Amino acid sequence: MKDSVANPILDIRDLHVHFPVGGQFLSRSKRTLHAVSGVNLALAEGECLSIVGESGCGKSTTALAVMGLQEPTSGEILFEGNSIIGENAPDRMARARIAQMVFQDPYASLNPRQTVYRSLAAPLRLHGTSAKSEIEDRVADILKKVDLRPEHATRFPHEFSGGQRQRIGIARALILDPRILMLDEPVSALDVSVRAQIINLLLDLQEDMSLSFVMISHDLGVVEHMSDRVAVMYFGQIVELGPWNAIFANPTHPYTRKLIATIPDPDTVLHPDRAVAVGKYVAPPAGYRFHPQSVNRPDVYAAPEASQLVEIGPGHVVRCQPD
Amino acid sequence: MTPLLELKGLHVGIPARRKTFEIVSDVSFSIMPGEAFGLVGESGSGKSLTALSLIRLLKSPLKVTAGEILFKGDDLRGLSDRAMRKLRGERIAMIFQEPMTALNPLKTVGRQIAEMFVLHQGKSWAEALKMAVDALADVKVPAPEERVRAYPFQMSGGMRQRVMIAIALACDPDLLIADEPTTALDVTVQDEVLKLIAELCSARGTAVLLISHDLGVIANMCQRVGVMYSGRLVEERDTYDVFADPQHPYTKGLLGALPRLGSRHGAAGRQRLVDIDSLITDKSSLLEKFYFEPRHAVRDPRLRAGGPP
Amino acid sequence: MRGFNFNLWFGGFLTLVVVIGALFAPLLTSLDPVYDANLMNAELPPDGEFWFGTDEQGRDIFTRVLYGARISLTVGVVSQIINSVIGLALGISAAYWGGWWDDLVNGLTNVMLAIPSLIFALAIMAILGPGLLSLLIALGLTNWSWTCRIARSSTLSLKGQGYVQAAQTLGYGDIRIMATQLLPNMVGPILVISTLGIGAAVLAEAALSFLGLGIRPPFPSWGSMLTNARELIAIAPWATIFPGLAIFVTVLGFNLLGDGLRDYLDPHMRTREQ
Repeated sequence: MKDSVANPILDIRDLHVHFPVGGQFLSRSKRTLHAVSGVNLALAEGECLSIVGESGCGKSTTALAVMGLQEPTSGEILFEGNSIIGENAPDRMARARIAQMVFQDPYASLNPRQTVYRSLAAPLRLHGTSAKSEIEDRVADILKKVDLRPEHATRFPHEFSGGQRQRIGIARALILDPRILMLDEPVSALDVSVRAQIINLLLDLQEDMSLSFVMISHDLGVVEHMSDRVAVMYFGQIVELGPWNAIFANPTHPYTRKLIATIPDPDTVLHPDRAVAVGKYVAPPAGYRFHPQSVNRPDVYAAPEASQLVEIGPGHVVRCQPD
Repeated sequence: MTPLLELKGLHVGIPARRKTFEIVSDVSFSIMPGEAFGLVGESGSGKSLTALSLIRLLKSPLKVTAGEILFKGDDLRGLSDRAMRKLRGERIAMIFQEPMTALNPLKTVGRQIAEMFVLHQGKSWAEALKMAVDALADVKVPAPEERVRAYPFQMSGGMRQRVMIAIALACDPDLLIADEPTTALDVTVQDEVLKLIAELCSARGTAVLLISHDLGVIANMCQRVGVMYSGRLVEERDTYDVFADPQHPYTKGLLGALPRLGSRHGAAGRQRLVDIDSLITDKSSLLEKFYFEPRHAVRDPRLRAGGPP
Repeated sequence: MRGFNFNLWFGGFLTLVVVIGALFAPLLTSLDPVYDANLMNAELPPDGEFWFGTDEQGRDIFTRVLYGARISLTVGVVSQIINSVIGLALGISAAYWGGWWDDLVNGLTNVMLAIPSLIFALAIMAILGPGLLSLLIALGLTNWSWTCRIARSSTLSLKGQGYVQAAQTLGYGDIRIMATQLLPNMVGPILVISTLGIGAAVLAEAALSFLGLGIRPPFPSWGSMLTNARELIAIAPWATIFPGLAIFVTVLGFNLLGDGLRDYLDPHMRTREQ
């Protein structure tokens, strides 16, 4: 069932990513790890779509598939209507102008042996910009956009703090003027006070540069603050998808509710009744039961049972099976 | 009621020839028996060092340069190394953030728990292993009779953390120090582990010193909170008061910098998150009153590179 | 502050002595190593004129040791360069691409490590015949396994770093990534193994020349000098001592330099990180 967005800039259709496990030279039993099973997601231009879930749910694998770093087993990924996987896939250079990624660990996302200038200038040169003055201008420009000074370009990554490194990572992702930015846990590794600045920066940049975001996160506070729509993933499948206020005000699927209820939130001290409200049971739509029913570990080596996404509100769907 | 633990003017630093590089300055707080006290702060605030200094786990060249550490009335600084070793594990226990590195990868978890009974309570290995099974059951590990023979690498992160808790609580200590016990875990597992700690400690009357950078974690578990910034304790009150009416600018900033669940639903919509560092570098007299010093850590890379963090 | 790095300084000093001796041989001695042979001067002990004495043909040993250094260093450095190129190419690509290529390279490396290197070099020399070029090829093809192993394990650990993935998303091709992102970040261990490899190559050259398979007399090679000096041990021991000493000093120098570099590069990086 397609995700209902008109003219999406990015359209993920029935994405499956399966990994063969345990089969090397001479093994007999080959199991398949179903990392992503039938994901449908559409990204509207200019929106921020977040994919939330815990480790192992497949959100990172989905992101890698979109970025071209992971070969999908089946399914389709379209950028502005054109396929970007399979035989018709654009080469790496063309891909680079479509989507870029901001990585989670600011301490590992920059080449320690390259100055900031080189990390930013090299992609420009690779993509055809040769005039030194133009390169210098664009590097200075992008550094200013992420609230760093052009003089910082001559330094090495280890001379910067975590937050600054993340800014450099964002600058690098933006230097080629991509249309889509994939944010992989962009602030998880940063201190609380620094997170606020990076979040503010990302939101500002989104507006300034007309970017569309796909954000992967397990931090629901950040997700609620930044997203237009939220997709909740559980063991390779989307179990709930909808506008941010619907997901957070009216979480329906048992897994979504568990996720939101278990976030340690300072507000529970002041408003203990809020937590109770979220934990209350919500009935599935008529004629259906939720799928998966229980939130215990399913068998990741088996293909999931047939199920569908049922609409329970405008743009708000939840995964069910017919009763 | 006399406090179980009382810190008076703790200073931790690196003594050098001319002067001492201070990392923790003048920290004082107390924990009552059975109480859960939270120490919250960001990385570099000194909260972990404060905890390590309590049970003399500081690695040289870090040293406690001044202050009293009173545990049940006795100054821990005066204890011999031998007495300190006995205290650790028996009366004060500690669990860490990374269970994989805190557990011995070459010994079964059952043996590691049993060690506590053998070393501290003089039990025989056979008896201790039986007690280890019980300990695993207490921390809600399923099929404990089988799990005793498992090695740490065979267990999930949440399971390993439960084993750490079992080891820590084996000898019924008076105080449990938990340093970021759930930071490395998934959200739902985090919730279970925290509930477990709360349950076990309130059942046994164990006091808890919970250290975290996550205000939410502290909020759910602790009756009182200390906020640390740049080596100093800037605020220390009941949890409710700290969240409802934060006094110190840093605490206010910390609460305002968090994207809070439910905050966006209001009429005002999405609020711009508070930028703590602009509070910090703007050194007005009001801030000075609260001993609010900029992050002058000796090797702060931001001061070298300049610009926002 | 780090303690004084003895290995680095002393090893560097010894290596420098050998290099200077080799480079400036014509300036340091006016005699020719091959042609200035006067039977009247045969088997003279070290004195004011012949600092290391003379050999059975009346040639100045000091001169021959100096020119022999050129051979040894050339063989050492060039064969190590060949080793490094092969080892890096195979190791980095094996870890980066994985799959059957990785299995193949691993298998090949295991085979090479199991064969005694000298015997392998001997076999190649037997096919190619003696001489400097064959020596370079033989040694170059023999000792690349260590470099390959290190390159492979470094690549495996670096592969997962964010900046490598970033390079892929930025449009970099595989070869460019291997050359610009991976290779520069393993310079430390590679440099160390290379200096140790040079020392090993010098020893190997000496052994092969001693066996008559490397540099043929009358050209001076420390190994072949030792061969000639075998018969003279009783009457002119200096003919054995000085070439032997030269080998010893050279190999020791490179080994210490390698150790010193390893220590220098490691904590240095750490302190800079702080």
